[in-house]
Amino acid sequence: MPRDTSIKSVLVIGSGPIVIGQACEFDYSGTQACRVLRAEGVRVILVNSNPATIMTDPEFADATYIEPITPEFIEKIIAKERPDGVLATLGGQTALNAAIGLQKAGTLERYGTKLIGADVDAIERGENREIFKSIVSKIGGESAKSVICHTMEEIIAGAAILNYPVVVRPSFTMGGLGSGIAFDEENLRQIAGAGLRHSPTSEVLLEESILGWKEYELEVMRDSSDNVVIVCSIENIDPMGVHTGDSITVAPALTLTDVEFQKLRNLSIDIIREVGVATGGCNIQFAVNPDNGRIIVIEMNPRVSRSSALASKATGFPIAKIATKLAIGYTLDEIKNDITQVTPASFEPTLDYIVVKAPRFAFEKFADADPRLTTTMKSVGEAMAIGRSFPEALMKALRSLERKEAIFQFPADTSGIDKARLLQSMKIPTEYRLQQVQQAMWAGADIEEIFAATKIDRWFLHQLELINTRARELAQPGELTVEVLRSAKEMEFSDAQIAALRGITEEDVRKVRHHLNVRPVYKTVDTCAAEFEAFTPYYYSSYEEETEVKPRTKPAVIILGSGPNRIGQGIEFDYSCVHASFTLREAGFETIMINCNPETVSTDYDTSDRLYFEPLTLEDVLEVIHAETLAGPVLGVITQLGGQTPLGLAAGLKAAGVTILGTSPEAINLAEERGAFGRVLEEQGLTAPEFGMAASQMEALAIATRIGYPVLVRPSFVLGGRGMEIVYDDASLSGFISRATEITPDHPVLVDRFLDSAIEIDVDALYDGHELFLGGVMEHIEEAGIHSGDSACVLPAMTITATQNKAIREATLKIAQGVGVLGLINIQFAMAEEVLYVLEANPRASRTVPFVSKATGVPLAKAAARISLGATIADLKLEGLLPNSVDGVAKGISVKEAVLPWNRFRRTDGRGVDAVLGPEMRSTGEVMGIADTFGESYAKSQISAFGSLPKSGTVFISLADKDKESGISPARALLSLGFKLLATGGTADFLAVNDILAHKVRKNSEGSGPMGERTIVELLNSGDVDLVINTPVGRGTRADGWAIRTAAVQRSIPCITTTAGFSAAVEGIKALQRGELSVLPIQEWLKK
Amino acid sequence: MAKAFLVLDDGRIFEGKSWAATGRTFGEAVFQTGMTGYQETLTDPSYHRQVVVMTAPHIGNTGVNTPDNESKKIWVAGFVVRNPSTITSNWRSEKDLEAELIDQGIVGIQGIDTRALTRHLRDRGAMRVGIFSGIEISREEMIIEVRKTEAMSGAYLSADVSTAQPYIVPAVGVKKFTVAAIDLGIKGATPRALSARGVEVHVLPFNSTLEDIKAINPDGVFLSNGPGDPATMTDVVDLVRGILLEEIPIFGICFGHQILGRALGFETYKLQFGHRGINQPVLDKNTGKVEITAHNHGFAIKAPTEGVFNTVFGSGEVTHVGLNDGVVEGLQLLDRGAFSVQYHPEAAAGPHDAAYLFDRFVDLMAKYPRKVGVN
Repeated sequence: MPRDTSIKSVLVIGSGPIVIGQACEFDYSGTQACRVLRAEGVRVILVNSNPATIMTDPEFADATYIEPITPEFIEKIIAKERPDGVLATLGGQTALNAAIGLQKAGTLERYGTKLIGADVDAIERGENREIFKSIVSKIGGESAKSVICHTMEEIIAGAAILNYPVVVRPSFTMGGLGSGIAFDEENLRQIAGAGLRHSPTSEVLLEESILGWKEYELEVMRDSSDNVVIVCSIENIDPMGVHTGDSITVAPALTLTDVEFQKLRNLSIDIIREVGVATGGCNIQFAVNPDNGRIIVIEMNPRVSRSSALASKATGFPIAKIATKLAIGYTLDEIKNDITQVTPASFEPTLDYIVVKAPRFAFEKFADADPRLTTTMKSVGEAMAIGRSFPEALMKALRSLERKEAIFQFPADTSGIDKARLLQSMKIPTEYRLQQVQQAMWAGADIEEIFAATKIDRWFLHQLELINTRARELAQPGELTVEVLRSAKEMEFSDAQIAALRGITEEDVRKVRHHLNVRPVYKTVDTCAAEFEAFTPYYYSSYEEETEVKPRTKPAVIILGSGPNRIGQGIEFDYSCVHASFTLREAGFETIMINCNPETVSTDYDTSDRLYFEPLTLEDVLEVIHAETLAGPVLGVITQLGGQTPLGLAAGLKAAGVTILGTSPEAINLAEERGAFGRVLEEQGLTAPEFGMAASQMEALAIATRIGYPVLVRPSFVLGGRGMEIVYDDASLSGFISRATEITPDHPVLVDRFLDSAIEIDVDALYDGHELFLGGVMEHIEEAGIHSGDSACVLPAMTITATQNKAIREATLKIAQGVGVLGLINIQFAMAEEVLYVLEANPRASRTVPFVSKATGVPLAKAAARISLGATIADLKLEGLLPNSVDGVAKGISVKEAVLPWNRFRRTDGRGVDAVLGPEMRSTGEVMGIADTFGESYAKSQISAFGSLPKSGTVFISLADKDKESGISPARALLSLGFKLLATGGTADFLAVNDILAHKVRKNSEGSGPMGERTIVELLNSGDVDLVINTPVGRGTRADGWAIRTAAVQRSIPCITTTAGFSAAVEGIKALQRGELSVLPIQEWLKK
Repeated sequence: MAKAFLVLDDGRIFEGKSWAATGRTFGEAVFQTGMTGYQETLTDPSYHRQVVVMTAPHIGNTGVNTPDNESKKIWVAGFVVRNPSTITSNWRSEKDLEAELIDQGIVGIQGIDTRALTRHLRDRGAMRVGIFSGIEISREEMIIEVRKTEAMSGAYLSADVSTAQPYIVPAVGVKKFTVAAIDLGIKGATPRALSARGVEVHVLPFNSTLEDIKAINPDGVFLSNGPGDPATMTDVVDLVRGILLEEIPIFGICFGHQILGRALGFETYKLQFGHRGINQPVLDKNTGKVEITAHNHGFAIKAPTEGVFNTVFGSGEVTHVGLNDGVVEGLQLLDRGAFSVQYHPEAAAGPHDAAYLFDRFVDLMAKYPRKVGVN
């Protein structure tokens, strides 16, 4: 069936901020959707609150609404734009939920539009557990068996039917309270007894345990002619029990025979048909009993998912792109395979390589979070690697994670490895379980012992054994010959690993290896195992015979991406890399992208002229550069756009003779090295907060006394706010040092003066060696001390005067000059009592570049890429890439708000982790609100990030002593806006003194009152509070504040932890009360 | 581990390590792109005299088991893999793959750049090949040996693979029909698929006569898959013409399809590198639907893919075409119960999308019932 020509305009719904479980894979899929639709001549209307996405760039849609993804806002957009269709299957669960809301409310019908590529009934059939179970049974599949019980007798009888172990799930309890696994009757009586008590209906669901079963996922696509293809099979190395997003996974499935695989395939096809997913992609998960092959269907996602992005990158089959074409009427056989250009998309990709995906976690950011991996996803990013064997792909994936703990170690002396302890601890899956397995095997554990502890398939365990065996061979004395090096590289031992085994340096290994010409070749991801010629240069390395890198004549620029998403380095950096690629292609260069993050737009084979899916280590990058230098002219490498990862490689690349485009590694070092940067500031006459470096606790106390409390302390050897704390007195300083960090002359601790009442300013600017272009001056809404990544900010700065602005510009220019920037620079300032302090400077693209670009309409990353290659700001203004104004000008008022993952983490006791902001960054993503007034844009940002702010109702206020003064005015405002105020004793008394009536409520620690007065936590739990203002005292969080904040987070009640945020919220509430928040596409804003 | 060499007709040599049986072997080099099903491939008689290159990098992970055999033995002339598994992990596994290959004397080679080899075969076409494993002769001598062997074009191989004696695969449940299956290299999955539909299958040797067939009074005749050049099959082509004249419903698969095509008067030709994989899209021209199918063929029928054609047995049409390259993948007579497909509805290995064709055969036998009195 050809394209449905009645669809002339489509509203694409994005997925909003990056959160755990919903990351930039939806920017990848949404961007593909927008591109496809525009290429088909469809008018594209887009809604997405996430400014850091490529899809929200003005050129990807005809009307781009950076607005909250809620049914109310989308209705406004639909009313204005009247799209013919709404595409919601490429924006994750967020888009799908919004679309279901619109459908159920009758909005779509009312405006004469419809969902395309999805059917609400089918979505419901796929997502509703009961309906889905019945569908599975109808098509002859099996779901996990279960029995509902109300008495202990029923429970014991039920377990006899299901066989031990059984999973106990009490009905209607929050957050899995009272659930567990029982291995025998005694166990069961204990768990289920508690379960019966916890359940308000005295009901317990017993389910057969499929923990430890093999886990598989199939990516399926169907078109309107009922053609169905399986795009990819994925096998989880971590068996059932670990969320697939947290599992190390491999594609294709490796431990099934054809007979068994076809059963999964048939079930998938029957399910997609029975569920009725009319067009598009979905994934279906299975558990397979390793002892007898019994198959249990676990669940389906009736939409494009994270796994779809992985499958697309793993196979070269662009699921989102194809899903979009199917949604507008095409059938699979009418769509060409981009890669072969001659065969149709109605086929099943076949792989002649192995793909391994490994998750990246951020537990170090949430010290009190339970580190166990469960069925709730906790990872914040992932790396993917491709190799011609499983060991190759695995070794590459592990080093792609950029964590030294993830890389296999092969110590000559194994006496330090406690095999028994490892065998015990690996029973519980945690971040480094596979490394525990490898270590235990290195210390002599055999496959059966490990299998018993982990249920990881023996085939994978054997591969680890092969890696260990190879390591033993490599450790044998003797010359590093071609044979030895080849045998190491066949399993992708890195030069560093070989060096460690040999007791020499990585550089020595590399020198010998290059001298012997042991170099990787590059193979193509082609969807068809070489059956047809591939026309897309999407490469991965392998130490084999034949390379497929084609010669080229155009000068090339290599862009280093940012690797796996992590807190502090995510989509914002990918955004800048993608922009560089786009603009340099336009400017006539050939662009070559190196990255290993499967979720991103940068690893779409459409983004750059060539794509290398490789780890971002010095070795891997140098090899790509070598291969490309043989293929044609290479101008150099851009390292300033992908965040810390490529920046960290710049010096090594330069030392190896590679040209670094833009800001030089020396300049980067000048800004990053504390002493050197201090001298730059001194020379330029700029001020920094006083600081000192302490090599002992005594020294730290002495420094603090000298510069005065509060001070910001942190270990000097970590970046990105890790382990930072603000302390207010000697006792807490000593406490921090003894608790949180090792302090030695080798590992000194930095002690900085903390400017507690300062306004923090973030600046993104371009510098070409002569001229400065100030992209934007952002003012943090939270006061100093909150990591800039977690702080809300507003552009333009609201409280900065023209004089101050001038000072900021001058300081920025001086630093850019002093450091020697060529491209982007981000500077954080603090303004306290009319003094401008320089906190830090990063001569690279920052997290805020996309936000500033959206708010001002200036493509900063593109300009930086061009400046790196010799263009001047004057040139770019002439060209029109930069505006003719001196600096960037904000259109409207834009607020950026951070989104935090509190609700994802639990402590080991099952309760929530504390939701307090601090100097360490913890947010996973961000949203943007844009409007004419601050209140309105702040309100929009809150709606996008947290749901909404209340227009009326009850507000609970609890302020730390230091915050009480600044809480007066917003509290008074709330009262006049008609809110009822609740407060804890101290705060209520303080407010009363200031003539503000707040009802006293009991703290959690006080318990219910004699008359049954409820505590604040009870009030929160019963839904009687609409907004929480709770500012903490330091980081040594007190139990009461913690109980309040976690209760609020768990019930999705907006919770504000700073007084500045409090004031902003009041402005937002005023805007909400004033009436309708308006919507306007970014294209209109930019015309202003 | 001893060195092994894979030597192509055109002089290209890949050096790897010996695997499975050592010694030397020759055949036609072909590549197979399935990610699952190596055991079915090995035991598929259609691969007789072929040296099969697996594009999937890890082979042998699940070992071998009896139920998944497609015939009584391994037929490939040689087996080329990148990473053979040194462990077997599957609850149905009975034996290690390498041990099985050694027991059956199949020479293999491992550790070569199978992707480079595949690209070479794709660009230059399937060609003669030799594997020399643990054999000490010069490279020149190896090439000379390879060039002495017989090419696939013009090869008549049915006698090698066909059953010597007829045998019966009973119907599952109530017997509805009797089918005579001409064994040109039949895979076990085909009689299984038919018997599951209530068909008693009499598997007959390739050189059976029309009388032999009529003796069992079949409701239909099945022409199996098998190895070799269809152009050499004049005897079976004549037999099929006889069956057509008797108006007994016919269903042909793969080689059987090529033979039916020749019986209808079409030419067959050799494809550059053939179709061997389990991901091949085929369009059913009558329904407009696409099936993902298992393929294993080096030859194809030359027939008009548009419109109706005429034959001495009445008019017919091409029913299926391969979407990758437009090859004829199925045909049928319009007024007579005869149809065939180039691909493998019995799968094994491969997707089950085309299993409906067995139902179609059963329907056809119901539509064209055996004539009373014919015996």
